[in-house]
Amino acid sequence: MKPVYLDNNATTQVAPEVLEAMLPYFHELYGNPSSMHSFGGQVMKQVRKAREQIAAILGASPEEIIFTSCGTESDNAAIRSALASYPDKRHIVTSRVEHPAIRALCAHLASQGYRVTELPVDSEGHFDMEQYRRALTADTAIVSLMWANNETGVIFPIEKAAQMARERNILFHTDAVQAVGKIPINLADMCIDMLSLSGHKLHAPKGIGVLYVRKGTKFSPFIIGGHQERGRRGGTEATPSIIGLGVAAELAAEKMNIENTYVKGLRDRLEDTILKTVENTRVNGDRINRLPNTSNISFEFVEGEGILLMMDEYGICASSGSACTSGSLQPSHVLRAMGVPFTMAHGSIRFSLSVYNTDEEIDFIIEKLPPIIDTLRSMSPYWKIGKAC
Amino acid sequence: MWDYTDKVKDYFLNPRNVGEIEDPDGVAEVGSIACGDALKLTFKLDENGRIKEAKFKTFGCASAIASASAMTEMIKGMTVEEAAKITNQDIASFLGGLPQEKMHCSVLGREALERAISYYKGTPLRAEEEKIICECFGVTQQEIERAIRENRLTTVEEVTNYTKAGGGCGNCHPLIQEIIDKVHSKLSETPPERPKLSNIKKIKMIEETLEREIRPALKHDGGDIELVDVVGNRVLVATRGACASCQASNQTLKNFVEVKLRELVLPELTVEEVSA
Repeated sequence: MKPVYLDNNATTQVAPEVLEAMLPYFHELYGNPSSMHSFGGQVMKQVRKAREQIAAILGASPEEIIFTSCGTESDNAAIRSALASYPDKRHIVTSRVEHPAIRALCAHLASQGYRVTELPVDSEGHFDMEQYRRALTADTAIVSLMWANNETGVIFPIEKAAQMARERNILFHTDAVQAVGKIPINLADMCIDMLSLSGHKLHAPKGIGVLYVRKGTKFSPFIIGGHQERGRRGGTEATPSIIGLGVAAELAAEKMNIENTYVKGLRDRLEDTILKTVENTRVNGDRINRLPNTSNISFEFVEGEGILLMMDEYGICASSGSACTSGSLQPSHVLRAMGVPFTMAHGSIRFSLSVYNTDEEIDFIIEKLPPIIDTLRSMSPYWKIGKAC
Repeated sequence: MWDYTDKVKDYFLNPRNVGEIEDPDGVAEVGSIACGDALKLTFKLDENGRIKEAKFKTFGCASAIASASAMTEMIKGMTVEEAAKITNQDIASFLGGLPQEKMHCSVLGREALERAISYYKGTPLRAEEEKIICECFGVTQQEIERAIRENRLTTVEEVTNYTKAGGGCGNCHPLIQEIIDKVHSKLSETPPERPKLSNIKKIKMIEETLEREIRPALKHDGGDIELVDVVGNRVLVATRGACASCQASNQTLKNFVEVKLRELVLPELTVEEVSA
């Protein structure tokens, strides 16, 4: 069964062009870019090119790009660098809806004596600017706010938030893992000091990430070792993955328009049709300021895991914010922070599309999903024929 | 992805006994939508006092639906007294096992059954005063103690897997640990009676242990054994392969096969060799 894959915020397929570009660097051009011989040196040239390609999609310069192993490493490196660079400052500002890479790290740092302010969000998934302004103090070492939310796709007003931090000489980091490649980013015009991205969310392989560090920003390395990445991240370069990420970034820049027209169109058709054909449903989060590929829909009175497993029978891949799938016993922290009622939170499904999705796939889901919800509702003690009880 | 058995998947995708019986003899609702799973159970008895029909409605994940459906299948044909003996482990075993993190689904099934039976008998299930330990999921001290006793739980994480207690804010973890310590100190004072095994269950467990733990090891050395019969606590086996001609096979039967069976099935078992 061919998967109908709408879980691209979890991970994406490696683009064929990316894979093709990577292959020679495993077995033919396997030299170490740091070597003195030209066999290794030629690989260095390709790594340099990849750095330029990634800088281009971010509106950054190549020397501001540090290759890491993943988004989580980039997040850790950014926050820990800020704290190491400003040891007198003991306060971190973040939000309640961050990815675990930031949330769990901040919780850990709180246990080490740092003060952490987690900004609450409203039912649309947005934090309050005034509350944010008040949270910024002379003791604040760093602000870390995600650009776009992985569960709802809601886009934070990062440009403005970064500017407010800059005015107070506070470092600003953003986890842009979901945003890069889907919405235009130009760091040259912004006050962002550090930015994390992850390869496998934009059709590059897993195991490669980037931390952007603005020129002039104090930096203290997280992984200490060799001179690679100009002493800012030790470890031999993952050359095939770096080269793959470069190609993926270039492809993403080319397809940004498709993402915001074609993909957005598929997403909207899926969402609108489901809302129309299935009663007691809602979309979670701000529908305007949102990634073009993401839709988070709640089906009242049913549980998300059941929906996922029944869709799985048809090869449809999505994810859920329900307790049963979150690995804990409570529904997603993002939906809880937004105050989504329990009757809705347990039955939330996230569809996240990519440029590889087709109209036929959307038709298929529109056909298969409503009967699944009917079946599960018919089993639910909170649902009496055709309506909630 | 959860590692569900085929039987769990089957009972989720093709659930038996969904619905509600009108004018039931026993009825219970447990869990809540806030907690993420809820179960409504109804049953009706026949003229001989046996459960003629049992139906369920579940809000919850696949394993909660499967556990409820399995439980309704298990109790059909039983008297109320027989049904009352079903434990959460029985429900999980019926389904070929549940992931540890999902054991609370089987506990939910057992709770519903217990309450429906007490509704039928007209006896209140518990004393009025129940001390809530986990406020996030409303789990009481008695529920936690029972899960620890019946399932031999030793860690807070296990208690969370079986009862959900401690799975929210985590503030009650120290209290849960205290309850674990208390229950275990009582358990060690008075060694618990082992649940009596029915003959069928005993034979099944012996067979499973032979298949899983014993025969692979013997086969590794070119030997094998076969279960011939079980008489009381006497396990009669025949040796095969290298074991059949081996001088030391009797030692193997006593020191390995019997030790394993006593450890994993019943301490009173003896293994005897018979010629098949």
